[in-house]
Amino acid sequence: MGKYLFRRLLETIPVVVGVSILVFLLIHFIPGDPAVAILGDRASPENIAALREQLGLNRPLHEQYLIWVGNLLRGDLGNTVRGNIPISLEISHRFPATIELSLFALFIATVIGVPVGVISAVRRNSVIDTASMIGALFGVSIPIFVLGLLLIFFVGVELQLLPFIGRLDNREVNLQTITGLHVVDSILTGNWRALGNALEHLILPSITLMTIPLAIIARITRSAMLEVLNQDYIRTARAKGLREGTVIRMHALRNALLPVVTIIGLQLGTLLSGAVLTETIFAWPGIGKWLFDSIVARDYPIVQSVTLLIAVIYVFVNLAVDVLYTFIDPRVRAS
Amino acid sequence: MTTTTSQSTAAKPVSLNTQQMGRTRPYSPFRDTMQRLWRSPSARIGGFLSFIIVLLAIAVPLLDNYDAISDRNLPARYDPPDCFIGWISARLTNAPDAPSINELTCAYPFGADKNGRSIFQRVGHGMSVSLAAGVFSVAIALSVGAVIGLIAGYSSGWFDSVSMRTMDIILAFPSLLLAIALVTVAGASLVNGMIAVAITQIPVYARLARAMAIANRNMEFVTAARSVGARDLEIVRKHILPNSLAPLIVQATLGLGTAVIETAALGFLGLGQQPPHPELGKMLADSQESLASGKWWVMVFPGLTIIFMVLGFNLLGDGLRDALDPRLRGSD
Repeated sequence: MGKYLFRRLLETIPVVVGVSILVFLLIHFIPGDPAVAILGDRASPENIAALREQLGLNRPLHEQYLIWVGNLLRGDLGNTVRGNIPISLEISHRFPATIELSLFALFIATVIGVPVGVISAVRRNSVIDTASMIGALFGVSIPIFVLGLLLIFFVGVELQLLPFIGRLDNREVNLQTITGLHVVDSILTGNWRALGNALEHLILPSITLMTIPLAIIARITRSAMLEVLNQDYIRTARAKGLREGTVIRMHALRNALLPVVTIIGLQLGTLLSGAVLTETIFAWPGIGKWLFDSIVARDYPIVQSVTLLIAVIYVFVNLAVDVLYTFIDPRVRAS
Repeated sequence: MTTTTSQSTAAKPVSLNTQQMGRTRPYSPFRDTMQRLWRSPSARIGGFLSFIIVLLAIAVPLLDNYDAISDRNLPARYDPPDCFIGWISARLTNAPDAPSINELTCAYPFGADKNGRSIFQRVGHGMSVSLAAGVFSVAIALSVGAVIGLIAGYSSGWFDSVSMRTMDIILAFPSLLLAIALVTVAGASLVNGMIAVAITQIPVYARLARAMAIANRNMEFVTAARSVGARDLEIVRKHILPNSLAPLIVQATLGLGTAVIETAALGFLGLGQQPPHPELGKMLADSQESLASGKWWVMVFPGLTIIFMVLGFNLLGDGLRDALDPRLRGSD
């Protein structure tokens, strides 16, 4: 098992290096001079020269890359062009918002998706099965931004049931920041009013963000369960008189979990990129909204850093899923 | 109980086909596929929807000459839908000035946007743009990916390692994120958006084509072709490619829905088609400013159109996959 983990870790290194090279080169894909592109045509030559110096554009390419990676490893992502604030500092302020939204959405999608998939498989071709699979089809076919706007209009504007801007009503509730995750912070400080308010704000964005993962998790769980339910050991388990619930839970679900865990892990990447759209629509102050604002402001170093951050997280989540395999499935450990 | 039903449905098509083979015409894979396709309700509905979408996307620009740059009619700013939709919504909301069915006008069937432009007209043209963008990016991704994958799988030398490691790097990014980053630096435009979405999709086709090439390269017909002196390129083109097409086509159909969503998402973020030209994602982004004041029609019609398009392609793709993928036959 140690050998497997070591090999898997080694395989990740070239991918991470490749990702960093691609992200590094992004700024060189800008047609013309990146400094001019950032500052605009009317910027003075001195300002452009200063920015070129700040971005290190005057050095040879390989040197630029090595300096950039060196800084990255020390946690220095450079500064924003506008405001000259350290990017890593800004990320530490904004990332908790994205994490809270993504994990909440993934949690709900898993809690609903897996049981729906199991029930659909057990009651195959029943009304529940057909309805949930049609629902799943709609789930993957409705773009995030369409669903978000529909929810804002019907639930937020027309029915006025739920808030649809930001994470908290700052005028009404005060919350002490500890982790940056509002739900966790409000529980830690015993601030129940803030907890309610934070959860209210979470509902619409997380429904928007979770539909695609929910649909995919339900579908994969269903097909994995169907495959397992035809196995001999399920018949054996039933034949020796186990109750149906035990057969489903202990014998079928456990063996169907492998593809389900994979797909849940992969959804985190979808969620993090979906966060760009969701956060933009719901004015959610995370890194997705920040990325959008930076695109508009042409602050390329921010675009680079956020892209790199999400890609690296994605790679390591995939790695973590593979590691998790070895705990779920002894066969992987053995090979 | 479930096992027996699944087995009996699974056995049915196979026995039908062997009977047909014996009795009437010789076996044709194409006819067999079409029969399987026709049996699947999702493929039928999806095929029908896709047909309508393609028909509209071709017909609208041909029949209606739309000049986006000069289209502006401020007196009609945010006019609600008239015609049947207006009639129905007036009945539903019990509006006092609801028109009777005889005095219906049809100038703005889907209402008007902030510049007084007909949303009906712009949704029609926007749909053509979205479909064209989706088709082009899938076409680029499919052709580049297939060439890379087939050569990599057939040659399995240094080209295989280099190209597949490159694909791994592209796959390390969530696809929409990479597309956003690429368009941001290359400059926002519809063409750049299409190319960016295509680049993020290349690995999907490359990996699939590679797997097919590996599966086929030691087949007897390939060995036979090689023994009569066929060159490698010819073998890939004449023997490996045709035998790899089915899964690639299925993936392309399923990828079309994704490509439509992603190019529209880029448009939504202001990175695709630039104003004033109509594009569904951009129209949705523009609708945000009027949402709080209750102007639902600016958002609902472009939104429903995208859902309709993606749903059609996804249904067709699902049906095609079931019909073409031998591993799935009879299993589900």
